[in-house]
Amino acid sequence: MKRIAIWAGALALAITWAGSAFAQSTLAAVKAKGYVQCGVNTGLAGFSQPDSKGVWHGLDVDMCRAVAAAVFGDASKVHYTPLTAQQRFTALQSGEIDMLSRNTTWTITRDTNLGLTFAGVDYYDGQGFMVPKKLGVKSAKDLNGATICVQPGTTTELNLADYFRANHMTFKPVVIEKLEEVTNAFFSGRCDVFTTDVSGLVSTRGSRAPNPADYVILPEVISKEPLGPVVRRGDENWFDIVKWSLFAMLNAEELGLSSKNIEQQLSSTNPAIQRFVGASGDIGKMMGLDDRWAYNIVKQVGNYGESFETNLTPLGFDRGLNRLWTHGGIMYAPPLR
Amino acid sequence: MNAASRPRRSWSLYDLRVRAILYQVLLVVAVGLVAWFLISNTTHNLAARKIASGFGFLKREAGFAIGETTLISYSAADTYLRALTVGVLNTFRVSLVGIVAATLLGTLIGLARLSHNWLLSRLAGGYVETLRNVPLLVQLFFWYTVISDNLPGPRQALSPLPSVFLSNRGIALPVLHAHPAHAWMAAALVAGALGAWLLARWARRRQALTGLPFPTLAVGSALVLGLPLLVFLLAGAPLHVERPVLRGFNFTGGMTLTPEFAALLGGLTTYTAAFIAEIVRAGVLSVERGQFEAAYALGLRPPRAMRLVILPQALRVIVPPMTSQFLNLTKNSSLAVAIGYPDLVSIANTTLNQTGQAIEGIAIIMAVYLTISLSISAFMNWYNKRIALKGATRS
Repeated sequence: MKRIAIWAGALALAITWAGSAFAQSTLAAVKAKGYVQCGVNTGLAGFSQPDSKGVWHGLDVDMCRAVAAAVFGDASKVHYTPLTAQQRFTALQSGEIDMLSRNTTWTITRDTNLGLTFAGVDYYDGQGFMVPKKLGVKSAKDLNGATICVQPGTTTELNLADYFRANHMTFKPVVIEKLEEVTNAFFSGRCDVFTTDVSGLVSTRGSRAPNPADYVILPEVISKEPLGPVVRRGDENWFDIVKWSLFAMLNAEELGLSSKNIEQQLSSTNPAIQRFVGASGDIGKMMGLDDRWAYNIVKQVGNYGESFETNLTPLGFDRGLNRLWTHGGIMYAPPLR
Repeated sequence: MNAASRPRRSWSLYDLRVRAILYQVLLVVAVGLVAWFLISNTTHNLAARKIASGFGFLKREAGFAIGETTLISYSAADTYLRALTVGVLNTFRVSLVGIVAATLLGTLIGLARLSHNWLLSRLAGGYVETLRNVPLLVQLFFWYTVISDNLPGPRQALSPLPSVFLSNRGIALPVLHAHPAHAWMAAALVAGALGAWLLARWARRRQALTGLPFPTLAVGSALVLGLPLLVFLLAGAPLHVERPVLRGFNFTGGMTLTPEFAALLGGLTTYTAAFIAEIVRAGVLSVERGQFEAAYALGLRPPRAMRLVILPQALRVIVPPMTSQFLNLTKNSSLAVAIGYPDLVSIANTTLNQTGQAIEGIAIIMAVYLTISLSISAFMNWYNKRIALKGATRS
C-alpha cells in the first residue's frame, strides 16, 4: 500500500504538466473542487480517528475542519486521506492532499529540504518511553539493551538513536510502519519499550492497551516535538489561510469566544471581537475569504480549548504546555488585526 | 520473394524491409520522447517545488538504528549508503535461504503429491491448495503473530535443548567461537568438494568406457566430510561454544534469529514451496509413462530410474518456471516492511522519508531489484541451457 502511494507520488511528480497544477493557487483549486483534501493519521485516538460511523474526530482533524469552515463556511467539506508516517510528505509534495495535519514534528530539515512549510504548532509534545509495569523500570537510563518498538520515518526514530548514543547505551529497534502493527508488537511483548511522542503514548495506552494500568510512561521526555499542520511551499496565500485558521482558534479562546456564545457575541461592542466575527474590517478579504471566516471556524469547530477538551481530556491528557500563555502555557497567537 | 534476396535501392513504403526499419525507428523515437518527457518534467517539478535532488544524501549520517545486520556492522553514526548496504545484504540473506528452503520443501511436497500413498498425496494436495490461495501478506502476519503472541517473554523463555532459548525475541542459539583452524576447515571442505567433483567425472567416464560402476556417492561424501574432520582433529579439536545468556532485558552472546526474520522466511518458504511443488509435479508428469517402463525394463531400480531417466527430462520442463518462482520469492521479500524485517525496501523507505528524496530512493530500490533479478535469471538461463537436450536447443 505504502509503495503504491510513494510510486503514485513519484509518478505524479513526473507527469504533472509543469505549468498547470502549479500555476493555479491552492485556494482556487480547493474552491473549484469544493472540499479540502486533508492528510491525517491512520488512527491516533484524540488526534485523528474515525468513529463507528466513519466520521473523523480529533485535534488534528479539527484543524482540517477549521480550514474548511474558513474557506467554505462549512466545516464538513473535508475529505480525509489517512497516511502513515512514511507516506505523509510524498502525499503533500505531489499535491495528493492540500494540507497535512498529522501530528507531524516541525524540524529544520522538513522545513527546508522537503519543499514544505509548517504553518504553526497545534500541540507542543515531547518524546517519551512506555514500558510494562512488571519490568520494574523506573528511568529511561535503565533501558540499556532493551528491545524498542518504533515507527520508521519519524523524528522519534532519530531521537531514539541520538539518546542512546549520548548515554552510551545500546538497544534493538523493531521498526514497523503501521501504528496498529507496531502497538500490537509492543502489547504482545515483542518489545520491552514503545517510544513515540508522549501524546501518542497516552493515546495508545488509553485506546489500545489490554489493561492500561499495566503500563507506565517513564518520566524522561527526551526531545521537543512541536506538532503542527504543514502545507507545500510556494503558495503564501494558502499558507496564510491554514496558519490563521489555527491562530483564530487560539485567539477565540483568549477572547473568550466559543461555539456556544459566539452567536450572541456577533453584536458585541468589543472592537477585538467585532474584528474577529467580521462585523468590522475586512480581514477575510485580505486572504481571499469571506469576512466571517473566523466566526465560522468558532461556530462550527470551536476554539482551541474546546477542541482539546472534547478530544484529548477524556483520554487523560493534561493541557500542560498547551495552555494559553495567559494561563501559564506557551500557546500564543499573533493578534487578529 | 526472389527480389528480397537481392539488395535493391528502393525507399518505397511498400518495401517490407523499409517499413520494418521505419517502424523500429518510430518506436525508438517514441520511447525516447516519453523518457525525455518524464525526466525533464520531473526535474522541472522538483525544482518548482523546491525539493532537493541528487545522490549527495548517501554520504550523510543516517542517524537511525537497524535491528539486524548481515555480515557488516552498522551503527546510527554510519552513512545512508552503509544503511542501504545493510538492507541489500538483509534482502540477500532472506532470499538465498528462502530459495534453498523453498526448493527442498517444494520438491518434497511435489513428489509427495505424486505418491501412491492416498493420505500422503491428499495432504500434499491440501497444502498446495491452501498455501497458494491465501495472500502472502496475510500469511506473514499469521506467522508473525504466532511467534510474537504465543511464545513467552525472554525471562520465561522455553529451552527445548540446553543453551537454546525460544522466546518472543527469537531463537537464541549457541555459536562456535571463531578459531584459525575453522578457516582451514572451510578450505578443506572446498578441496573435498572439488575432489569429489573430479572423482565423479572420472567415474562417469570410466563407466561409459568400461561399464564398471564406482561408488561415487560414498567416496565423494567421505571426501567432502572427511577432509574437514581430519583438519579439525589435527588442530586438536578447538571447540569454544559461545552460549546465549539472559542478561537484563534479553539474551546476549550466541546467535539470535529474530521473529521478523523467522516469520518472513517461514512465510516466503511455505508460500513459494506450494508453487514449486506444482512445478515439480508438472515436470515429472510431463515425462511419458513409457520412459518409466523402459527404465524399469532395463533393470533400473525406482530411485535410480528417477535420477537417471526421469529427472533429466523433467528438469527441462521444471527449470524455466522455477526461475520465475525464485524471482518471485526475492521480490516478495519486500513485504518484509509489514512485519518489520529491515530489508532493502524498509531501509530505503526510511531513508527517503528522512531525506525527502523519494525519486532517488525508488531509483535505488529499482536498480537493486533489477540487478538481483537479472543475475538470478542469467544463472538459471545458463543452467537451463546446460541441462537442455543436446541438439534440441532452440534459439
